[in-house]
Amino acid sequence: MSEDSKNKATFNVPIGPVHPALKEPILFTFKMDGEMVEEVDFAPGKCHRGIEWMGMRRNPVQIVHLTDRICGICGVSHSLAFAKAVEQIAEIEVPERAHYVRAIIAEYERIQSHLLWAGVAAHELGFDTLFFLAWRVREESMDVIEYLTGNRVNYGIIQVGGVRRDFTEDQFPRIEASLQYYEDIAGKLLNLFLEDKTIQIRCKNCGVMSKREALELCTVGPTARASGVAMDVRYDSPYAAYGDLDFAPVLPHQYLGLTNGDVYDRIVVRLLEVVQSIDLIRQCLANMPPGEVLWEKKYPKILAACKKATGEAVGRVEAPRGECLHYVRMDGNPNPQTWKVKASTYSNQMSWLKMLKGEQIADIPIVVASIDPCMSCTDRVAVVRHGRTDILTKADLHRLSVEKTRRLAQWS
Amino acid sequence: MVVILGIDPVSVIGGTVAVALFGILAGLVFMGVERKFAAHMQARIGPPIRQPFRDVAKLLSKDSIVPENAIPLLFNMAPVLALASSIVILLYIPLGGFLPVLAGYGDLILVMYLLTVPALALVAGGFASGSPYATVGSQREMVTMMSYELPLAIAVIAIAWRLAAAGIADPFSLATIAGTATGITVWSVAGPLGIIGFLLLLIVLAWVTPAELSRVPCDTPEAETELCGGLLVEYSGRNLALFYLAQGVKTVAMAALAVALFLPWNISWYVALSPNAALVADFAFFLLKLMAVIFFSVSVIRVGMARFRITHVVSIYWGYLGGLGLLGLLCVVLDAYIGGGGML
Repeated sequence: MSEDSKNKATFNVPIGPVHPALKEPILFTFKMDGEMVEEVDFAPGKCHRGIEWMGMRRNPVQIVHLTDRICGICGVSHSLAFAKAVEQIAEIEVPERAHYVRAIIAEYERIQSHLLWAGVAAHELGFDTLFFLAWRVREESMDVIEYLTGNRVNYGIIQVGGVRRDFTEDQFPRIEASLQYYEDIAGKLLNLFLEDKTIQIRCKNCGVMSKREALELCTVGPTARASGVAMDVRYDSPYAAYGDLDFAPVLPHQYLGLTNGDVYDRIVVRLLEVVQSIDLIRQCLANMPPGEVLWEKKYPKILAACKKATGEAVGRVEAPRGECLHYVRMDGNPNPQTWKVKASTYSNQMSWLKMLKGEQIADIPIVVASIDPCMSCTDRVAVVRHGRTDILTKADLHRLSVEKTRRLAQWS
Repeated sequence: MVVILGIDPVSVIGGTVAVALFGILAGLVFMGVERKFAAHMQARIGPPIRQPFRDVAKLLSKDSIVPENAIPLLFNMAPVLALASSIVILLYIPLGGFLPVLAGYGDLILVMYLLTVPALALVAGGFASGSPYATVGSQREMVTMMSYELPLAIAVIAIAWRLAAAGIADPFSLATIAGTATGITVWSVAGPLGIIGFLLLLIVLAWVTPAELSRVPCDTPEAETELCGGLLVEYSGRNLALFYLAQGVKTVAMAALAVALFLPWNISWYVALSPNAALVADFAFFLLKLMAVIFFSVSVIRVGMARFRITHVVSIYWGYLGGLGLLGLLCVVLDAYIGGGGML
């Protein structure tokens, strides 16, 4: 028997591009030794929609609504990052109150995103009751977002130069009621997710990533924080109203007393961030200054300002999944010369290889889900040559980037 | 009346058909009710109770696809075998006031063997599918099977042994254990310590049931988020419908076994009724007991837990439940000595 298992041939298990464990298309190929993962490879790019291509043929006021549609969950993060970059290039000053509105909606987005993730994680573990509970609780934030912006998803509230809707005093009681709701239920959620025996045996010491590895793999967001890396764009380089707020990055040792960097820690970090978001929204409501919420009410004037702008900028935002980065380069035309999106999952996805190696098949879904992957955000490229999908090697990429640098150098 | 080898073919065939129909119908109804219970516990509305019937009707109207690298004979045989063997189990278990159809031709030990056959059919079907998911699922099913065998055997043996110790003839016969004719059950022969032991064994059996039926937390062989359905991943149409029916019948069989072993009481023992009314009342009470067993050992457990890893299944069933079973057995044995059961 022992000899048999030693000589047992490995076999390949493909997971994806479509699989119940995956919420979005991506192809994993696992080389298995029995129930154990020996090697992992993955092929993203199944969700490419050419949004940047569309954007480069539109003006910033149009693009800002396109950015909302990059991702159904963290749309505000994308539009915020893009608006920030354009505002910096066009030297548009965002009114103080708009910063607070942006922070409030971004925090609501974080709440709903983390609760969505918590439900998915429970489902991946086969704990459907908790999945239904988490999504039911999530509805409250969706309702408030709809109440505030008019939409449940793709809120369309961010505009270059501010926000399109103000949150008025008479809306505050509804917001406060939802915060109270989450405050009341937070303890129960933490208890259900973190004290449950089956979740503990499934998640502790599973998909471990040390602090060093988290840094080496350039992970971002809750994935990095769960490994003990104190990194949060909101804290490190504050944008919107975060500079005025009192908070610190959430780390697992604040709750557990130590950092393991496993799936369990990622649950801890995300749930604690929900609690933190409640506090941040409260602070925003308390400190909201009066005034306008848009730099200029007349959109043609915003457009004109963007049209005149030349230069480049990077907009960074802490999306629920981690740092979301937009690079924009304007050259005096209505449409940007370059627009590049780098979503958080792009930085986090390589950690899969490390986390999945040596784990069991049973842990694949939860480990894959533990970085909260968003392929719609990540897939920015699809290589098609001669009518077929193709792969670009490192040499190809190097050649292409040299060519592009030369091209850009010629233009400027 | 024609009698061949001591069997009356007419009554046996008639009984078998009746039991098969009962098993299939009750299986589907209980699955529907169970889904409704689980849905309400999860704050959902859930599908209507007749949903399993619709599912089966739909599946039967669909094409049955046999994958290219499957072994067609084995692949198509497995669901038939699973359903047939599930029905055969029911033939040996008393149903309310009715004696088993094949009473006297097989006992508890045979039922234990028969319980593994549907699982083996699933394993064979899984291996014959030629899919890595199904292969992994089959391996897991075999491991699960080996895991729950020990606690199940302990529970079963303890009961039969206690009856034997009390001097009751033919203790391995399910008709004797259920006391269908005599009204004597393990609960009535056991002393206080024995009752504690049997309660422990009841807990063990309640936990063996989800493993036997591949439900959460032991649905590792099917694990939709891991293996997209595992064993059943390649099955479709008529074959899948047969497995679905087999699952329903097996649920009834497992619950009926638990009822026969641990909840054998009949209404007619306590209330004087005319023979026909007694049969009806006992049968209705039997269905109620089945529902209760399914509710506690399938619905409640599956709603309250996450899925185990296959290694956890082994350690929990061999370690914790095996240990608990042995403790229960020890209580029963001590009880027999203290009570000075007939044989000792």
